[in-house]
Amino acid sequence: MLIGHQPKDFRLAVSGLTVSFDGFKAVNDLSFYVDENEIRVIIGPNGAGKTTVLDLICGKTKATSGSIQFRSQELTRMKENEIVKAGVGRKFQNPSIYDDLTVFENLEISYPRGRSVFGALTFTRDAAVRDRVHEVAEMIFLKDRLNVNADLLSHGQKQWLEIGMLLIQDPDLLMLDEPVAGMSVSERAKTAELLNRIIKNRSVLVIEHDMKFVEDIAHKVTVLHQGQILSEGTMEKVKNDPKVIEVYLGH
Amino acid sequence: MTDNRFFNRSELIGILMLAVLLVVVLPLTLDVFRLNLVAKYLTYAFVALGLVICWGYGGILSLGQGVFFGLGGYCMAMFLKLEASSVENTKIQSTPGIPDFMDWNQITALPFFWKPFNSLTFTIAAIILVPGIFALIIGTAMFKRRVGGTYFAIITQAVAAILTILIVGQQGYTGGINGMTDLRTLKGWDIRPDHAKIVLYFFEVGCLFVCIMIAQFVRHSKLGRILVAMREKEDRVRFSGYSVANFKIFAFCIAAVFAAIGGAMFALNVGFMSPSFVGIVPSIEMVIYTAVGGRLSILGAIYGTLLVNFAKTGLSESFPELWLFGLGGLFIAVVLAFPNGLAGIWGDYVQPRIDRLISSRKSKPDGGWTDSSVADGAPAE
Amino acid sequence: MFGDYSIGDLGSIFVMQGFAGLILFSVYVLMALGLAIIFGQMGVINMAHGEFMILGAYVTWMTSNLFQAYLPGLFAGYFFLAMILAFVASGALGMLVEWVLIRHLYKRPLDTLLATWGLSLMLQQAYRSVFGAREVGVELPQWMLGSLQVTSSIEVPINGVFVMCLTVLITIGVAYVMYKSRWGRQVRAVVQNRIMAGAVGINTEKVDRYTFGLGCGIAGVAGSAFTMIGSTGPTSGQLYIVDTFLVVVFGGAASLLGTIASAFSISQTQSTLEFFMSGSMAKVLTLLAVVGILMLRPQGLFALKVRK
Repeated sequence: MLIGHQPKDFRLAVSGLTVSFDGFKAVNDLSFYVDENEIRVIIGPNGAGKTTVLDLICGKTKATSGSIQFRSQELTRMKENEIVKAGVGRKFQNPSIYDDLTVFENLEISYPRGRSVFGALTFTRDAAVRDRVHEVAEMIFLKDRLNVNADLLSHGQKQWLEIGMLLIQDPDLLMLDEPVAGMSVSERAKTAELLNRIIKNRSVLVIEHDMKFVEDIAHKVTVLHQGQILSEGTMEKVKNDPKVIEVYLGH
Repeated sequence: MTDNRFFNRSELIGILMLAVLLVVVLPLTLDVFRLNLVAKYLTYAFVALGLVICWGYGGILSLGQGVFFGLGGYCMAMFLKLEASSVENTKIQSTPGIPDFMDWNQITALPFFWKPFNSLTFTIAAIILVPGIFALIIGTAMFKRRVGGTYFAIITQAVAAILTILIVGQQGYTGGINGMTDLRTLKGWDIRPDHAKIVLYFFEVGCLFVCIMIAQFVRHSKLGRILVAMREKEDRVRFSGYSVANFKIFAFCIAAVFAAIGGAMFALNVGFMSPSFVGIVPSIEMVIYTAVGGRLSILGAIYGTLLVNFAKTGLSESFPELWLFGLGGLFIAVVLAFPNGLAGIWGDYVQPRIDRLISSRKSKPDGGWTDSSVADGAPAE
Repeated sequence: MFGDYSIGDLGSIFVMQGFAGLILFSVYVLMALGLAIIFGQMGVINMAHGEFMILGAYVTWMTSNLFQAYLPGLFAGYFFLAMILAFVASGALGMLVEWVLIRHLYKRPLDTLLATWGLSLMLQQAYRSVFGAREVGVELPQWMLGSLQVTSSIEVPINGVFVMCLTVLITIGVAYVMYKSRWGRQVRAVVQNRIMAGAVGINTEKVDRYTFGLGCGIAGVAGSAFTMIGSTGPTSGQLYIVDTFLVVVFGGAASLLGTIASAFSISQTQSTLEFFMSGSMAKVLTLLAVVGILMLRPQGLFALKVRK
């Protein structure tokens, strides 16, 4: 069901995406489109293929068939690091940060300069880098912890640090896999505030189970079930969709 | 983190201590025979240094460093052998002017791949480039396909086995199991007498310090931090926009080139080269030098190499049976009890006490580098 | 290199060399089977695997000497007892090693490599101290020495067929234990999720110890077979360890079928090439081919695409 011509103004256009693991179709002929500056939340029961969709977009998993167009670049043919350079950033389900490095160094590594071998050798920590790291650290509430080793942070702080590592990349498409999982109530509120602040001028794709949080941030919601779209639209519409209530919200 | 791109204060002290030991203390206290022995040990220190970057920082365990040590050593030895096989020196052979082992194997003309080794410039280039390109090929083939960890270790081991069998089997071209012996002069300068050995020792120490500086530079660059990050969370590095494979290839190549320089130094200082420094056993022994010194410590690798080799010489001279038990036990003890080796012991127990003694007013010199407590430490003799 | 032989000759050569390679194949399969359990299932790189094999070879040698001295009448059957003893000795040593060393290192696979290498050095020295540095050879009972005349130009060594049959039996046994028995399920459960397996009541320590012991025991049986193709010395095992790892990796580490197929192709390639060139060049070419293929297909011959 590939659509003939892709409208130019979609930031991300996923069409006919399929991936199978040994015959099991984790994602099955999936198509959806994300606008510029849109916050899209993907919900769905466990095993619906939500994380796999993010894996496919960021290149961690190779698609069996279908296409992922990001600003008219075909992502399915690119390597992970090329996809990042094209402007896609991804946060993992479990905080994925460098425990052995300090908060500062974690952010610095994510700074988008000196990404080649030679560039990394000659990279210098100049004022631009320092300022940007401090700016982001302030946003993610870790300004006072810059010289602390990342493994000493709390779980919530680690989540923020990873969001910060994405921010410093300044991606056009930000993908977050369960950003508030394991957070306390006050941390959730702060994270929602953080997300609302950082989405300016970029599209965001979020996977989340926390319905309260989803209502707070989502522009549009996509419900996945068994690798396919069950429903799509505003939170209001999706919430009242009988199919969604049956497979997901009902219990 | 200081602005210096090579070392911070405590590292500088460590490097100076090592320099004093190698340049002043050892030459003044040891006779030429023992000093030459140190020179031989230090050739392995180049390999250990490379392994710190490749294995300690990058997490890539290569069990085939003997391959690169051997390639570098054989390049150097081929040049020296050709010089030693001048027509006057070999006129009793049936074909004068070719190395003696070729003559013994009924080879009557110098093989084509030997000819360029008449030139010292070519030889020096080959010492760096041949192992470097070889590592580039292996690294590209393996890392671009995301082969790493144990698989990589096994493949490198197989490469070491192949090269050894090849060298031993093709004795007409390589000197076989005996290797290339009877190396005499370098551009007419005799490398065998005592004063030459002393000059070569200092030359080697100089090269070693150049390599230490390169290693320090790599470590303190962002590349060094990326290697550490990669060792921990390879995927995260990939999704921060780096090509993980390229960084691994770089680390592997730099380790290969260091090993090759060590091999070339071996041919110069020891005066021969043989397949017994190429295979699996020497390759793994080189890894253990690094492990004993501390896989994260540049200076630790050098002390580890010296210490293990002194112990080996001492023990195998007086108690040959005990040596293998000792070496085996050392492997196990280091892995089980001291995964960060001597440098770890130094950093955990000795350095804190010294720090407390020296600086009661200043809390910590610099907190930039997380491994500093481990990696700064230069274990004392 | 084939030019000097007629087609018929070549056929006979391939068949003869093929059967000559049977014992090598059996040794590879048995070694690799043990290693596939230890490396493929447990993730431990056991560099001392060759030394466990050599322990089996020494046990076989001692058994044959004992029978010759005290039970010459039963000498024809000593080999069966020797294999059982070899299995028990290597297995017991394996369990001891697991308890002392390996169990501390399950989270650091690369470090098991270094530690077991240290172990292999110590075992080699122990063999040298106990059995002496000289290589020892085992005398085979009379009935194993002959060969079967299949056609006028093809004859097959009896001991090769015998070892081959035993290997098949052991392989079937291992396949049954690993894939069909309750214990095999426990092993796989522990490998996939140690904590969870512990939580559902599997004694993970016991499973680990017996698995490691089984792998080492099979290496001991390989040692028994090994006595037929080579003499046993303290360092004989070291020569086989790289080949064995290549067999396992080449076959795809988790696949028993792959292990057998790869042991077969590697041993047959080598044995066939040996007829045409020197042993060392045959080995170089074989290893080069394996490494070359692994560079193109790093997951080995048999591997599943899995969701990670």
